[in-house]
Amino acid sequence: MKRREFLKRTTKATALAAVCGGAGWFFNNRQWFNYEPPMVSKHDFEVVPDNRFPQLTLTRDENHAAALYDALDAIGSIKRFVRPGERVTIKPNVGWDRTAAQAATTSPLLVGEMVRLCLEAGASKVIVSDVTCNEARRCFLRSGIREAAEKAGAEVILPVQDDYVVMDLGGELLTGWPVLKHFVETDRLINMPIVKQHSLTSCTISMKNLYGILGGRRNQLHQKIDQSIVDLASFSRPTLTVVDATRVLMRGGPQGGSLDDVNIEHTVLCATDQVAADARAAEFLGLDAARVGHIVLAEKAGLGTIDYRSVGYKENI
Amino acid sequence: MTIQTVRNLRRFSQVLFFVVFCWLILKTNFDIDIDPTTVSEITLPYPVSIALQFDPLVALATLLANGTLFKGLLWSLVILIPTIFMGRFFCGWVCPLGSLNHWLSEIRSERLSFRGKGKIESNRYKKYQRIKYYIFLFVIAAALFGTLQTGLLDPLPLLARSIGTVVLPATHAAADGALGWVKSFGIQPVSSAAQSVYDFVAPTLLNFRRVHFHGILTIALLFGSILVLNRVFTRFWCRGLCPLGAMLGIFSRYAIFGLQKDEKSCDHCNLCLLSCQGADNPDIGAKWRQPECHLCLNCQAVCPQGSLKFKFFPTLEGTVTNPPPIQKVDISKRKTIASLAGGAALFPLLRSGDSFEVAANERLIRPPGSVAEDDFLARCIRCGQCMRVCPNNALHPTLLESGVEGIWTPILIPRIGYCEPSCTLCGQVCPTGAILELTMTEKVGDKETPPNRIGTAFFDRGRCLPWAMATPCIVCEEWCPTSPKSIYLKEEVVLDREGNEVRVQRPYIDPNICTGCGACEFACPVVDRPAVYVTSVGESRSPDNQLLLRRKDPSRPPREIPNER
Repeated sequence: MKRREFLKRTTKATALAAVCGGAGWFFNNRQWFNYEPPMVSKHDFEVVPDNRFPQLTLTRDENHAAALYDALDAIGSIKRFVRPGERVTIKPNVGWDRTAAQAATTSPLLVGEMVRLCLEAGASKVIVSDVTCNEARRCFLRSGIREAAEKAGAEVILPVQDDYVVMDLGGELLTGWPVLKHFVETDRLINMPIVKQHSLTSCTISMKNLYGILGGRRNQLHQKIDQSIVDLASFSRPTLTVVDATRVLMRGGPQGGSLDDVNIEHTVLCATDQVAADARAAEFLGLDAARVGHIVLAEKAGLGTIDYRSVGYKENI
Repeated sequence: MTIQTVRNLRRFSQVLFFVVFCWLILKTNFDIDIDPTTVSEITLPYPVSIALQFDPLVALATLLANGTLFKGLLWSLVILIPTIFMGRFFCGWVCPLGSLNHWLSEIRSERLSFRGKGKIESNRYKKYQRIKYYIFLFVIAAALFGTLQTGLLDPLPLLARSIGTVVLPATHAAADGALGWVKSFGIQPVSSAAQSVYDFVAPTLLNFRRVHFHGILTIALLFGSILVLNRVFTRFWCRGLCPLGAMLGIFSRYAIFGLQKDEKSCDHCNLCLLSCQGADNPDIGAKWRQPECHLCLNCQAVCPQGSLKFKFFPTLEGTVTNPPPIQKVDISKRKTIASLAGGAALFPLLRSGDSFEVAANERLIRPPGSVAEDDFLARCIRCGQCMRVCPNNALHPTLLESGVEGIWTPILIPRIGYCEPSCTLCGQVCPTGAILELTMTEKVGDKETPPNRIGTAFFDRGRCLPWAMATPCIVCEEWCPTSPKSIYLKEEVVLDREGNEVRVQRPYIDPNICTGCGACEFACPVVDRPAVYVTSVGESRSPDNQLLLRRKDPSRPPREIPNER
């Protein structure tokens, strides 16, 4: 072997060995790409308590939009909850592939009106989203919520895998859990539940509606449902809760399906106290909130007051 | 019009039909842009299965197997009748799988260069090309006896199935994977560029959600083999195996259009053989074979002497050195009889197995609106359109769940996706009536009409949380979509390990109401083997596979209703 060739080959071999060794050294015990999503943590959207306003208002009016305006005005008008330039997320109940009349999903009319009000109050962007049970496209389509919200100027966002962030909910039961980011990366959160019967919790109204911000295997939460609802409600504090009691699903909840199970009530509630809202709305189902597990537990956890008349209650029937 | 123009027209036609075929499959999808105020039922805006209704083999085989020509299949005459006069124009001009094979064959290969003896020899007529006729006769004889196996190899269902259940889902997985990989570098401009490319491609190419299919590897294997074989022989599939090509070859027996060769001007350059697609011997000195020719017109286009000409009423006489063309297919009588006999024997052989009558798989849950199993197996062409369109990814190609006979027919796997009560899309896209189109009332039922049932749910009490583990749950009841709910609860006080009293609601099934949609099985929190599961018993399509003597359905008048079909 000639000297030149010897040098050439040993140099090349050494270089390759150095690359291999260097790469091994570099990658050893280290993940060279980063899967960690950035953490976000805002989840308390509550407004400052204000004694001038009641914590719960209720209006009955066959014109549902008028009922919403009236109840909202009584609790301080939209300007109290949405400031110009803010980003608002509305969380209706769009859980099931049902029509609005079947009363398994929030009234599209109310959602549309709420979007319009937020935009009029100067919101920079209004997002309407929900983690549905049935396939999301069908739910948003059949419930009419997609159309109503988009017509009013909102952005309807269906949940996709990339949009979940794992957050520490800091609950007794709920700790690390995937949350749809649109419910935490925003300035204002408006919860818009509908009143329905539910076999395990007796009723599903505001606090139970918050299940819809979670991804993951939420069907396991039923094993300790009262505690998990309370954990969730202590974590996610909406700016405003607007309860749709225009139609109430008396039986066959939370999915319904038969119009025979629906009571027409023409009522809208606005609340800054979710426990009070749930307590009042449970009456539509003939329930005494003091006997409903998760509402009682929520009051014990200091989330609000079952005796809604004591916290300022104004009704207009 | 020069022959070059006509050839370019043919190329354009191939691209056009290929694109249309793929577009129809892409559109076989639950489209979001539907106005809910004007349509109560979700219907597809396009007749997405129309391409399959143009397939003469589908028409003939289903006609033989179940005795009727299902609506829309009359379109196949648009292909068949011109073929009788012109020959296999479909293979060269229309067939999307043929075009795919054409393009893949034309990529330069190591084995057969574009020029040279090897390519010329491989493009002469070969005996293996008879195999397709035997396959055709075999499946046709089988169809006559009632088992429809044409769909396994019929190019249009095969391509629809392969694209719908293999290519598109794999593309989706690849796109998601690539996007995640690029984003993982964490370089912001690169990530957002990748995201915008993804967002641009997604609405056209990707399904609105990632889907997963049962046993698609077998489908992929067949499809991949067909594509790869093009690298061994030009259009091996079209020449040697395709039963539709064989059928069209047989029907071109009396074609009045064909190749006329002028022996005098030919200087035997063999350019015609180099570019021949069908291996039908376009060169002078060999017998031109009408049933093998795809009418691609390459031979005429490349002939420098102008010796070859496609025309109406070509001369059927030959000379000593230039034999006349052959219009008959090249099959032996004995093998014809053997193929037919084999096909005829297939039916009793399959039905003597246990999977059809005596030990049907209890998990063989067919799509809603499916006809009874024997009729189903005489109709389903395994095109996979129902699986593609199902918004819940509930329908899957079977492997052996319905026996070897029913491979790749649709099965509903509730664990992956349940049957949406308000959805009738699978019946809308079925081209052969194996799944009948249901109205919304027929699907969910009303006061007079019974709902369509696909099975019945059962509890596995050893795995159910309230039944076996003193733990509240009731997710199944929450998800049950019938009204009143088929799953009802009874509250009981049970003791846990420490002897503490626990109040649980234990679920029961009312088989009078259950439609077998599988929402309960889908939602059950016992992840690996659910504590509630659906089996096919009680399905509307079968009078025998029933559980109850009489159904008492509280959602309908109090009289007892006989088991509805």
